[in-house]
Amino acid sequence: MTTAISVSGLVKTFGATRALDGLDLTVRTGEVHGFLGPNGSGKSTTIRVLLGLLRADAGAVELLGGDPWRDATSLHRRLAYVPGDVSLWPNLSGGEVIDLLGRLRGGLDQRRRADLLERFDLDPRKKGRAYSKGNRQKVALVAALASDVDLLVLDEPTSGLDPLMESVFQQCIGEERDRGRTVLLSSHILAEVETLCDRVSIIRAGRTVETGTLAELRHLTRTSITAELAGPPDGIAGLPGVHDLEVEGARVHFDVDTQQLDAALRALTSAGVKSLTSQPPTLEELFLRHYQEAGR
Amino acid sequence: MSGALTGTGTLVRLALRRDRVILPIWVLVLGLLPAMTVSAYEQLYPDAASRASLNASGTNNPSIAVIYGKAFDLTTAGGFTVWRYGVFLSLFMCLVAGFTVVRHTRAEEESGRLELLGSAVIGRHAALAAAVAVAGGTSLVIGVVQAVAMIGVGLPATGSLVLASGFAGAGLVFTAVSAVTAQLTTYSRSANGLAGGVLGVAFLLRAVGDSSPGASWMSWLSPLSWPQQARPFAGERGWVLALPLVTAVVVGAVAVFLAPRRDLGAGLLPPRLGRPAAAASLSGPVGLAWRLQRGALIGWAVAMAVVGAVFGSIADGIEGLLGDSAQLTAILERMGGAQAVVDTYLATIAGVFGLFVAVYAVLATQRLRSEEAEGRAEPVLATGTSRVAWMSAHLLFALIGSAVLLAVAGVGAGMAHGLRAGDLGTQLAHAAGGAVAQVPAVWVVAGIAALLFGLVPRASTAASWAVAGVALGLGLFGPALNLGQVVLNVSPFTHVPKVPGPSVPVEPLVWLGVVAVALVVASLVAFRRRDVSS
Repeated sequence: MTTAISVSGLVKTFGATRALDGLDLTVRTGEVHGFLGPNGSGKSTTIRVLLGLLRADAGAVELLGGDPWRDATSLHRRLAYVPGDVSLWPNLSGGEVIDLLGRLRGGLDQRRRADLLERFDLDPRKKGRAYSKGNRQKVALVAALASDVDLLVLDEPTSGLDPLMESVFQQCIGEERDRGRTVLLSSHILAEVETLCDRVSIIRAGRTVETGTLAELRHLTRTSITAELAGPPDGIAGLPGVHDLEVEGARVHFDVDTQQLDAALRALTSAGVKSLTSQPPTLEELFLRHYQEAGR
Repeated sequence: MSGALTGTGTLVRLALRRDRVILPIWVLVLGLLPAMTVSAYEQLYPDAASRASLNASGTNNPSIAVIYGKAFDLTTAGGFTVWRYGVFLSLFMCLVAGFTVVRHTRAEEESGRLELLGSAVIGRHAALAAAVAVAGGTSLVIGVVQAVAMIGVGLPATGSLVLASGFAGAGLVFTAVSAVTAQLTTYSRSANGLAGGVLGVAFLLRAVGDSSPGASWMSWLSPLSWPQQARPFAGERGWVLALPLVTAVVVGAVAVFLAPRRDLGAGLLPPRLGRPAAAASLSGPVGLAWRLQRGALIGWAVAMAVVGAVFGSIADGIEGLLGDSAQLTAILERMGGAQAVVDTYLATIAGVFGLFVAVYAVLATQRLRSEEAEGRAEPVLATGTSRVAWMSAHLLFALIGSAVLLAVAGVGAGMAHGLRAGDLGTQLAHAAGGAVAQVPAVWVVAGIAALLFGLVPRASTAASWAVAGVALGLGLFGPALNLGQVVLNVSPFTHVPKVPGPSVPVEPLVWLGVVAVALVVASLVAFRRRDVSS
């Protein structure tokens, strides 16, 4: 099987609100898939449908070759889930929660558990209420990472972690990928996504707006060019894909769609280039573009 | 100190906004209840002769006093109201006030909402002051409604005012008690539990004090008996009303003393460290449910054993004290009894056990909803645990747990009574049988609560308490209100045969059992088909 998760045309409504509106998502087996979108765009709802906690109103959903609503129990033995907002039982210690969740999933690797506790610097004796948000997330992460499963479903797992723990998390996910596990990672931290993810899906208002590898997505972004020219910047304004052109004497500044970069550079060299700064496209721009459209 | 109370007014308005449904309901129900007895009394005891006879038998009867408290004068509707409602209305006043305080202090801290507010311009004592103002204010408003309603139906003004003040005073005492327990513990559940423990001790103190002539001083230690001790409608002793006031002020001062001595979110009793790894028993949905429910179950079992023993120990004396007063036998029969007086008494207390345990059954079932709402069900349901398995594990405690509690109460009553009567075998079987006969009715209540959880999760907590409230209200107050049989039939407990009794029809028990099983199965199906919501 090459597809771990396959969702098409997924619709989920809550009363009058259409939380998911024809969402598509494909996660290939063995990849780390970034799942991005602004707050309230439907990431957690999608994950809950994938876990069989919510029932889809329309659309096809397949998870590890089964139907997440009908085959929930058997599928759940092969996955581990870390919710975005981890709440623990106030009177159970972190260690107890880790063992309990591991047992409910069908087993826990004790050596890995000990190793993860140390790397995440987590005291397993504290009771649920005594943990901070970050430490509650660590409890859920250790339980998930120490379980022997095919698929990890992580809903913003690092939103409460400090930078040091964030890097431990990134190492761990790298190790999971090396073992051939599939990871669905919903996240807001772009550096994390750039480091970890093989492919990315961006959703907005319950629909998928972009999906592909990071290289493919970069193609959709714009490069920012600042140049000092020998002659007048003729012809640049008329080129397709050039945006926000500013001319101050011999200095020009503009953004250009990455596909049109070649034509823009030719126009510049024909005018004679004295200096050139080009800023590579960042994912950030891409996200901001999509996120901001959400507000419109 | 001037800044310590800043923002109290805002918090009071916030609390009133959040409680805008529940508090008016309590005000109406608890406010009007005492006035409603009057017409029932006049129908049940229409003439002076019947009242005198009720008075003669009722004022000296320890077996009834253990449940309802001391009767001082049953020849008037007012005196009857004091006797029949004094203890239980005080109990409800305490619960309403106590829960309200904890809901707006410890529960808010636990959820982190108070921290959000605390960063705004809110004084250090503001949250406590606001909670006390809302709970204390509610007690006073209920008292005013009670007084106005009682005077309105024609009861003497002095007695009405004294009784209503007594009830309001009970509310004030537990406003203060909960203000203290909210400082001690880290979790609102434990704060409520601690206050409930104090209430339980108060109930037992007066149960023993009211029923044992040698120990009547014990009643004076219990805030639940102060409204009766003020003797409304029976030669009022207004000074008794100073007891709740002084107690509330002193206990409240303790809360104010404790509050600044701890950090926000922390309790004075420090949370202990737990095990670094789970014991072998903590695996699977039943293991988890046991871990979450065992504390409550054990606490209830101890309480039911003590309550059973106290109620049971009175049974032996009842025959001698009654003689052959046909009048009192008639009263007991109206309370739901059959022939022999002791058996009637045992059957009556078994019914009271059933009502108590119904509260446990609803609490245990509500655990499902709180686990779901607080996001702890989701991670479990995302493992190999099926929804049916998860829900059944908790229902196991609601169903088997309540059966165990009834058995414990019945055995406690049977042992205490049997040892005193020198007839352990028969009496144990009688008392235990009576308690166990309540099991199917309690299961029906649990089944309704479970079905509500399956069908309407968000409304299920309030709705199941309404169900328990109706059952409790009809059971405790229904007969005295002289409600029609059609109304009484709404409660499953009305259909429980009187055990021990001359003939025990089994069919009603079977039917209640069938209904309970159907409700539970329907609840499992309903939960399997719905979304998991928070």
